[in-house]
Amino acid sequence: MLKKSEKLDLFPLKVDNLVFQVNGKKLIDNLSFKLEAKGITALMGPNGAGKSLTLRLLHNLIEKTSGTISWNNEDNQKFIQNAQAMVFQKPVLLRRSVIENLRYNLHVKNIKDNAQQAVLIEEALTRAGLTEQANNPARLLSGGEQQKLAMARALMTKPSILFLDEPTASLDPNATLVIEDLIKAANTQGTKIILITHDIGQARRLAEEILFLTGGQVSEQGKAMDLINNPQTKPAQQYFSGEIVTEKSVS
Amino acid sequence: MTDISEAFSNAFHLIISADKNLVEIILLSLKVNLIAIFISCVIGLSIGALLAVYKFKGRTICLITLSALMGLPPVVVGLIVYLFLSNSGPLGILGLLYTPTAMIIAQSILITPIIAALTRQTLEVMHNEYYEQLKSLGVSKLAMAKTLLWDGRYQLITVVLAGFGRALAEVGAVMIVGGNINHLTRIMTTAIALETSKGNLSLALGLGIILIILSFIVNGLVYAINLTAERQAYA
Repeated sequence: MLKKSEKLDLFPLKVDNLVFQVNGKKLIDNLSFKLEAKGITALMGPNGAGKSLTLRLLHNLIEKTSGTISWNNEDNQKFIQNAQAMVFQKPVLLRRSVIENLRYNLHVKNIKDNAQQAVLIEEALTRAGLTEQANNPARLLSGGEQQKLAMARALMTKPSILFLDEPTASLDPNATLVIEDLIKAANTQGTKIILITHDIGQARRLAEEILFLTGGQVSEQGKAMDLINNPQTKPAQQYFSGEIVTEKSVS
Repeated sequence: MTDISEAFSNAFHLIISADKNLVEIILLSLKVNLIAIFISCVIGLSIGALLAVYKFKGRTICLITLSALMGLPPVVVGLIVYLFLSNSGPLGILGLLYTPTAMIIAQSILITPIIAALTRQTLEVMHNEYYEQLKSLGVSKLAMAKTLLWDGRYQLITVVLAGFGRALAEVGAVMIVGGNINHLTRIMTTAIALETSKGNLSLALGLGIILIILSFIVNGLVYAINLTAERQAYA
C-alpha cells in the first residue's frame, strides 16, 4: 500500500512567491511560507483570504499562475498526489453504497487484492463507526456520518498529508467531536494535517501551528496558542478578539 | 361512428388473436429499434461522457453541433442515407437500401445525437459535483468518464428510454430507406401510414394501440427508475 509514498519524506514544504490569478486579479499574492512535517497546522483568516485556494494549490487541484511549491524537492507529482488526501467541507460521496465508496478509493489506488481490500475496508468502517451501514446508500447517511465516511475514505490508504477544508463547518458539536478525534488519531499515526477552520476553539483544541492569511498572503505564522493569545498583526488581533474581520476591512 | 367502433373491434381482435401479420410487424419494429438504440448507446453514451469530462479547444462548437443534430429532420436523414446507400451512392455496392439494416442506420443517426447530448448534459452536472473529489483521489479523466457513466446510470436509463421512445415513433426516415416493403421492412409506424391510406383501419388501429401501449410501458419504466433512484439517493 503506497509503499513508495510512505517512504517519501515530503517535508519541509516550502512555498515561494506563489501566485494564483483570475482575470488579472491576484487571489493568491506572492504567498510564501514553510511547514514542517509534524503536527496539525491550521489555516485561518477571513473569508476571501485565500485559504481554500492555498489548500487546492498545495493539493494540485488547481494550477498556480507562478511561484514554487516544493515538497522536500520531490518532483514526481504522481507520488506527491498519492501521498495526499483531502476532505471537503461538504463531503462528496459517490452514488453508491458506503462500502462501494471505500472500495472505489482502493481501485483508484490500484489495491486490487481482495484480502487486502477487505482488511482496509473493515478498518475504515470501524474507524468511521459505519460497520452497520456498510451496505446502505452513502448519500442517505446523516451529515455527520457522511463526513465520517469521507474522513475514513481519505485515511484508508494512510496518506502522508491530509488537507481538511472546514470539515466540521456544518456539523453539530457531537459530530464535530468525532471528526476531531479522527483528525487527532490520524495525526498521531503520522499523517500531517493541514486544516482550514474559522472555529477558534477548534484551532485551540487541534492546531499546533497557525498560518493566518489575509489578501492571499501570510499575515502571521506561529505556534497556535501564541498566535491566538498574542497576535502581532492587526487583522489577527481583530480576528482572535472576536471582531468581525472581512477582507474589505483588512484591505 | 359504426366504422370507428368496428375498426376498434377488429383491431382488438387482431391483437388478441395475435394476428401473424401484426406480430411480424411488431417484432421487426422492436428488432430495428432495439439494435439502433444499442448502437446509439455505445456511441452516444461514450461521446456524452467524454464531452462532460474533457475541456478542449472547439468543445463549444461540438456542443452546438450536437444540439443542432438533436433536431435533425428525419426525412432529411432518410434522404441522406438513401443517397449514400442507393446504387449510384458511395455505399451502393453494399446493397443495403430497402433492408432493415438501412433502417437501423437511419434510426441510429437520428437517435445518437439525442443520447449524446442528453448524456453530456446529465453527466456534466455530476462532473461539476465530483470533479475535485475525484481529482483528489487521483482519478484520470478517462476513469472519471467511466465513473460518471456508472454513477449516472439511473438518469442515463431515462435518457436511453427517451431515445427508444423517439425511435419507436419515427416514420419519415425509415420509410425512405426501408421502402415499407411487406414482410421485409414494414414496421409499425410505416404500416400505420400505409394501412390508413389504404383504408384498412383495423390493422392501422391495432398497430397504433400497440404503439401507445409500448409508449406507456417506456414512460412507466422511466417513472419507476426515477423513483428508485430518488429513494436510494442515486439520482
